[in-house]
Amino acid sequence: MIEIRGLEKRFGKVSALVGASFTARDGTITGLLGPNGAGKSTALRILCTVLRPDAGTAAVDGIDAMEDPIGVRARIGVLPHNANLYANLTARENISYYAALQGLDDAAGTAATQRVIDTLQIGDIADRRTKGFSQGQRIRVGLARALVHDPRTLILDEPTNGLDVMATRALRDVIRERRDAGCCVLLSSHVMQEVAALCDRIVILSQGAVVAAGTPDEIRAATGRDDLEDAFVHAIGAGAGH
Amino acid sequence: MKYALRVFRKEFVDSARERRALASALLFGPLFGPVLFAVTVGLSVNLGMDESSEPVEIPVVGADRAGNLVAHLGQRLIEVDAERFGDADALRAAVRGGDEKVGLLIDEGFGDALRDGAPARLWIVVDQSNASAQVPRQRLRSAIGEYGSTIGMQRLQLRGIDPHLARPFAVLTDDVSTPSGRSVILLGMMTYFLLFAMLLGGLQVAIDTTAGERERGSLEPLLTLPVRRRDLVVGKVATAIVFMAVSLALAIAAFATAVQFMPLAKIGMSTNLSLRVCVLIFTAVAPFAVLGAGLMTFVASFTKSFREAQTYTSIAMTVPPLPVLFSIFNPVQPSLPLMPVPSLSQHLLVTSVMKGQAIEPTHVLVSAVCTIAIGALCTWGAVRRFRSEKLLV
Repeated sequence: MIEIRGLEKRFGKVSALVGASFTARDGTITGLLGPNGAGKSTALRILCTVLRPDAGTAAVDGIDAMEDPIGVRARIGVLPHNANLYANLTARENISYYAALQGLDDAAGTAATQRVIDTLQIGDIADRRTKGFSQGQRIRVGLARALVHDPRTLILDEPTNGLDVMATRALRDVIRERRDAGCCVLLSSHVMQEVAALCDRIVILSQGAVVAAGTPDEIRAATGRDDLEDAFVHAIGAGAGH
Repeated sequence: MKYALRVFRKEFVDSARERRALASALLFGPLFGPVLFAVTVGLSVNLGMDESSEPVEIPVVGADRAGNLVAHLGQRLIEVDAERFGDADALRAAVRGGDEKVGLLIDEGFGDALRDGAPARLWIVVDQSNASAQVPRQRLRSAIGEYGSTIGMQRLQLRGIDPHLARPFAVLTDDVSTPSGRSVILLGMMTYFLLFAMLLGGLQVAIDTTAGERERGSLEPLLTLPVRRRDLVVGKVATAIVFMAVSLALAIAAFATAVQFMPLAKIGMSTNLSLRVCVLIFTAVAPFAVLGAGLMTFVASFTKSFREAQTYTSIAMTVPPLPVLFSIFNPVQPSLPLMPVPSLSQHLLVTSVMKGQAIEPTHVLVSAVCTIAIGALCTWGAVRRFRSEKLLV
């Protein structure tokens, strides 16, 4: 369960977030949708405790990201935007390192690493150094790394960026599988179709504020548009207006 | 600290697989010092070498007017070439032009003046600005002076006077330096090279694990893990420390090997780089790795890219060895108040060890503790930097 309340963040003179609030529930895939520069990454980075908000709160399972960042980090699995692997390490070593830093001892870490390698079907590349991996391979290893400690909450920033159709489908399967296991999945995207295809709930962010939130049906109803894309454009337009 | 160890383990494997980091730790650092050192020593040895055992040839104008003097010079291995220059001006021109280092000009009235007991004039033709002419110049001057005082003593004896009356003082030099002590002026530079080699050895690692990690995009996911920033930084600094310590050990070994081939004996120097001395040098200098690694990591954590980090750390690298340079030109004796100064204290300890002098355990301790404390301060600075979100944005 993720709760974001009144989040504000400025970088110099630029306001990235101006009081954004939303919730992402367990057993649900929540999509954070918005055009480039809407503040999606900033919100996720605050939630991941790598940025501090100027105002507002972000909490995971009731734990405040500012008050207990370590507690939050232990509960989340993160795939940051443009996240990269260690090129000199094999995929398996990359994943094991994260297992170790998540607090798993050697035996548990080895077992957990093997488990996510199987889940993400990356056994064929697991013992290769990641230098020269394709974008799809990197994302899958990155996701395995984020899942190695079996987190209840998964935060993915633009996970399908640069992926081909097959890789995207494989990624969606993994995300749905986590949802079905009762996890809270929050992912961001600027591609409306992507969010529509995958997410149970959608939060539309524009210019640093939430302009619409709910199931695709609720958003269509609220904006008075039958087509989700029209609804999206309408919502963003409303955001741009104020 | 469990997590710091895990970070260290990963960073060590990662860096050991990085050719650039490995090359600078195992190759450039340790070799750069000894090679540069060998060149420097080679040059100094040639400049300062005592050439008195080698015969030297000196052109003389008017040699026929001073047969006995020429014979005396010959005994001092100064060969007189009476044929080369016909007159004084030709000799002067040759010395001025650098074709001859030194020449001797004997006055026309030399023989008569000598017979009459009047000062017999001769000129040593020199170019004072020519540093390489210093040795033959000194030899000629002292050989002539020696001959002159012999004649003077004979004259006094002939007149029934004790020649010692004309020599109220007997000034002797009592040189207490040991052969290895004399080499310290040159070997003092060794500390500088050791420090430099060590810093170079961990530089790539310090950059790779901070600015490099950030540039490659692996830093942000790392920061979302439930590990204290302190542990991350300590693990990274520890990796750089290990690389620096390895570089230091290799550099000392390279020096110990290199001095065997240096012509130090020619200048009356001996070097004492036995295994025990090498171990003592390592013990004295190794604490500096903590300072070096902490400082490099601290500096690199302020940069956004590998290149930027290289620029700033290269500048930062020149600072730590400065006290060594200072003390090479302004020698000071080891004392407790100097031991808290990093790099200077290491230099003084290394110099003492190589002179074969005993070193005070308290000195080693104070030097190590203070150096490590400053290194810890730099590491703490890097931790603060890692806690700041400025690390990412």
